[in-house]
Amino acid sequence: MGLAIAYNLAQLGLTRVVVLEASYIASGASGRNGGGLRQQWSTEMNIRLMQESIEICSHFAQRMRINVWMRRGGYLFLIRTAATLAQIELNIALQNRCDVPTRLIEPDDARAIVPELEVAGLVAASYNPTDAVVFPWPFLWGYARAATALGVVIHSATPVTGIERSGSSDFVVQTPRGQITAGRIINAAGAWSPQVARTVGLHLPNWPARHEILSTEPLKPFLKPMVSVLESGLYFSQSLRGELVGGITMPEPEPETETETETKTKTKTAPSHHPPQIELGSRLAFLRAMAAGMTEIMPRLGHVKVVRQWAGPYDMTPDGNPIVGEAPGVPGFFLCCGFMGHGFMMAPVVARYYALHLTGQQTHPFLHQWRLARFAEGDVERENMIIG
Amino acid sequence: MPRKLILCRCEDVTAADIQHAVASGFEALEEVKRYTGFGTGPCQGKECLRAVALAIAAASGRSPDSIQPFTTRPPVVPTTLEILAGRRPSSAAAAEPAEPKPATSEIDAGRHGRSHGR
Repeated sequence: MGLAIAYNLAQLGLTRVVVLEASYIASGASGRNGGGLRQQWSTEMNIRLMQESIEICSHFAQRMRINVWMRRGGYLFLIRTAATLAQIELNIALQNRCDVPTRLIEPDDARAIVPELEVAGLVAASYNPTDAVVFPWPFLWGYARAATALGVVIHSATPVTGIERSGSSDFVVQTPRGQITAGRIINAAGAWSPQVARTVGLHLPNWPARHEILSTEPLKPFLKPMVSVLESGLYFSQSLRGELVGGITMPEPEPETETETETKTKTKTAPSHHPPQIELGSRLAFLRAMAAGMTEIMPRLGHVKVVRQWAGPYDMTPDGNPIVGEAPGVPGFFLCCGFMGHGFMMAPVVARYYALHLTGQQTHPFLHQWRLARFAEGDVERENMIIG
Repeated sequence: MPRKLILCRCEDVTAADIQHAVASGFEALEEVKRYTGFGTGPCQGKECLRAVALAIAAASGRSPDSIQPFTTRPPVVPTTLEILAGRRPSSAAAAEPAEPKPATSEIDAGRHGRSHGR
């Protein structure tokens, strides 16, 4: 997200931009996700933004001169219960009003699209052929290279350890490699954004949640759409490299409560140079759940071998929507976080409008709708299509 | 040096690919792994990690002992979904001996053989 915003700012002529990456490029969630791009959402804001994001992605390879392995095979959401079906019918009607060609299909029609599916126990499926998958990493290199060419400076292995205000109201950002003075700061640190916000005394309501994912050995191309089971949060797709990549919802402990968080970092300038308390370990329990889910919905995958598993942090919010805009009470400190595991697919379009907003050219409605103050004001609209 | 020296046999990553990655600014092993794809195939870096680390050292002028290995990811060897799911391998079930086999042979089968699957 940070690289995409920096690139878009530089494109609009704002070239005095520095990106601070705590580790290496792609070490965060943008380098750990499944590479899905979908337009099947339950809110009009997300649907319309993702329509535009996929449009940007479809030109990304040519524009940035890098192969992003994009494949437009659609998304096939499998439905097992009447309750899910009722919600999905509402979602599809809304998606169709936005000109997304999603359609509700019978289980046998789903098998016509994916012949290997076991459709017993399914009541229906939601299929949009214009959704897509990509290989995430080249997006980051593409943005990084293009931003650098426009004058943006990227510092890897440079965690923010503190942020102070200097007399002239500029920010002074402390890092182990020195300090940087900035007129404005954008906190696009994803699951790590609450820690960054605390350095300016700001409490954010988002919290990290570990989501695990695996990759199989490469197979001949056979699977057209991303396949997902809504009730279990199972999803997997075949990348252009041939691997099956996917995850499943696992039970997680409750997020640490706000009071615990606050007491630990009471002071306004609490340093955050300790390693982030974000759990990214891999578990056998995930492999078992994922393997059971995949072989249940597609029994022929039994002999396919898993070669690698890893984890990434979803950046969770109370209403399932992101947190953007200038932080109340901290002028010049902007937020772009809380993307619920969808920050990668949303970054191309969100970054475009964020840059237009920061350069004073245009303010997209999401900058108001997803403002931090909505939680205090009670003006929330829940997104229910959070998968994985 | 041969024109095409392969360092990662699973993903066909050559010495020239590593030099290109370093020249593009990717010097950490984690970055080179992502930029070239080395170490992401069936061996997961077990065969190629050392060769690539030395190639990075040579291309960047750094000392080899300054290069950190990348994070090791489970499973230790490629493992079939049916084993992980606890489902009895279908076609191999009849061919399995009645007595339990030593654990090592299951791992061998998971890595090398198609003996558990079709």
